[in-house]
Amino acid sequence: MTDDEFAAYQSLGEDSEDHRWAFGTGFTDPLEGIDASVPDGVDAAALAAYCLMLGDDALIYSHRLQQWMTRLPELEEETALANIALDLLGQARLLLARAGQAEGAARLDGHGRAEDELAFFRDEHEFRNVRLVERLDADFAELTGRLLVFSAWRLALFGELARSRDQVLAAIAAKGVKELTYHRDYAAQWVVRLGDGTALSHGKMQAALVAIWPLVDELFRADPVTAALPGVAVDPAKLRADVDAVLDTVLAAATLERPGAAPTGLVAGQAGRDGVHTEALGYILAELQSVARAFPDATW
Amino acid sequence: MVTARLRDGFARPDGGGLQAARDIAAAVPDPELPMVTLADLGILRGVTVQDGHLVVTITPTYSGCPAVAEIAHDLRHRLGQAGFADVTVRTELAPAWSSDWITAEGRGKLLAAGIAPPHPAPPGAAARGGPVPLTLTATRREPVSCPRCGSADTTQTAPFSATACKALFRCEACREPFEYVKEI
Repeated sequence: MTDDEFAAYQSLGEDSEDHRWAFGTGFTDPLEGIDASVPDGVDAAALAAYCLMLGDDALIYSHRLQQWMTRLPELEEETALANIALDLLGQARLLLARAGQAEGAARLDGHGRAEDELAFFRDEHEFRNVRLVERLDADFAELTGRLLVFSAWRLALFGELARSRDQVLAAIAAKGVKELTYHRDYAAQWVVRLGDGTALSHGKMQAALVAIWPLVDELFRADPVTAALPGVAVDPAKLRADVDAVLDTVLAAATLERPGAAPTGLVAGQAGRDGVHTEALGYILAELQSVARAFPDATW
Repeated sequence: MVTARLRDGFARPDGGGLQAARDIAAAVPDPELPMVTLADLGILRGVTVQDGHLVVTITPTYSGCPAVAEIAHDLRHRLGQAGFADVTVRTELAPAWSSDWITAEGRGKLLAAGIAPPHPAPPGAAARGGPVPLTLTATRREPVSCPRCGSADTTQTAPFSATACKALFRCEACREPFEYVKEI
C-alpha cells in the first residue's frame, strides 16, 4: 500500500473519540427513527410472533456459521461465511427489533422487549426457529448443502414478503433479498463443484444431502401465526414449487440425486415453530447467551 | 449560543445554516472505506430540520453493516463541533441501498484507491417479476477491469471480501489481487 492510499485511513483519526476504542461495539436500536406503527387491522401479537420466527431462523443459523470461523479450508471461504453470518445477524437484529415493537403495540402497558432481551433471555421452548438451522454441520459438504437449502428457501420467502402490508417487514425483506441472492449463489456453486467433482467429493456431498433432507419438509409447514396474518405473512406452502425448481436445477448440474428420506417426525404434532426443538439448540443457546446472562446489567 | 446560532442560520432565507450542516454531513468519511464520503457512497439520504432540530437520515449498505453506529457517532461529533448540538440520526431501510447510488466522484475515488467500482445492479424484484435467477458459475458476463493496470483479464477469487460489500479478484495480467465493490 502506498503512502497516498494510507492517507485515506489517517482521516479516521480525526474522529478519535471513545467510540473508536473497538470498532463495531456501538450498538443502537437498528430500527431507530423508523415508523414503528402496526398497520390497521393487523394482529400485533401475531406480527410479533412472526417476526420472532424469521428472526430466530437468522440468529441461530448465523451462530452456527460463526462456529465455522477459523476452521474453513481457505481464507476466501472464511471471509465468505463470516459475511454471510454477518448479513444474517443483521437480519436477525432488525426482525427481533420489529418483534419487540409489535409486542409493545399488542400490550396494554406498551412494553415490548428489546432485541438483546429477546436474543439472550429466552429459553429453548421460547425460540421459534425451524429445526434445520440448529444442526451441527458434520463437514464442509453439509455446510454448503444446508446453506443452499436455507438460502433458497429464505430468498423465495423474502421475495414474497417484500410485498407485505407491514412496511417495516417489507423493507427488511427487500433488503434481505439482495443479500440472500449472493448467499444462495455461493452455496450453489460449491454444491456443484463438490457434487460434480471427484468420486470422494461427490460421495460426501450426496451423503450430506441425505443427512439434512429430513428437515426440509418443515420449512413448508403451515402454522397458525402465518394463518393469522393475511397480506402480512407468507404461506410457506406457496414457496415449495419455486424452491424445488432451484434445488432441482442445482442438483442436476451437480449430478446429485434428490434424497427420498422421510421427514423428521413432529413431537406431539409440534416442531420448531411451536418451540419444540432438537437437542442441538440447547448447546447453541448455552454458548450464545452465557456472557449476557453472567452479566445481565452490562451494556455494550 | 448554539441555539442562537442555529436559529439564526435556519432563519436565513437562503437556508445557510442547513446548507452548512449538509456540507458537513456529506463530507464525513465512511469508516470502512475512508477514501469515499457518506455522500459519495449514497448512504446519506437527507439532512432536514424538524421541529427546530437537525435530522440526518442514513441507510445501511447491508443489514449487518457494523459501521452504522460509528457513522451516526461521526455525524453527531462533526456536526457538534460546528455548533449543531441537537442532532438526530435516523436509519432508513426502504428503498434498500443500491451500489448504483455511488456517485461518479465516489467511483473515481475508489478506483484511485485500487478498488474496482461496481457495474450496474441487476433490476429489483418489482421491475423483474418472478424469482431471482440462479448463477451457477463464477464467470461474469461483464468483465471487471483491474484498477491498477486496466486489464479486463481478471478472475474472481471469492464472492465476498473484508467487508460484505466487496468481492476479491485477481488480475491475470499484472498478477495483483484487488477488491471489487459488488453490484446490489
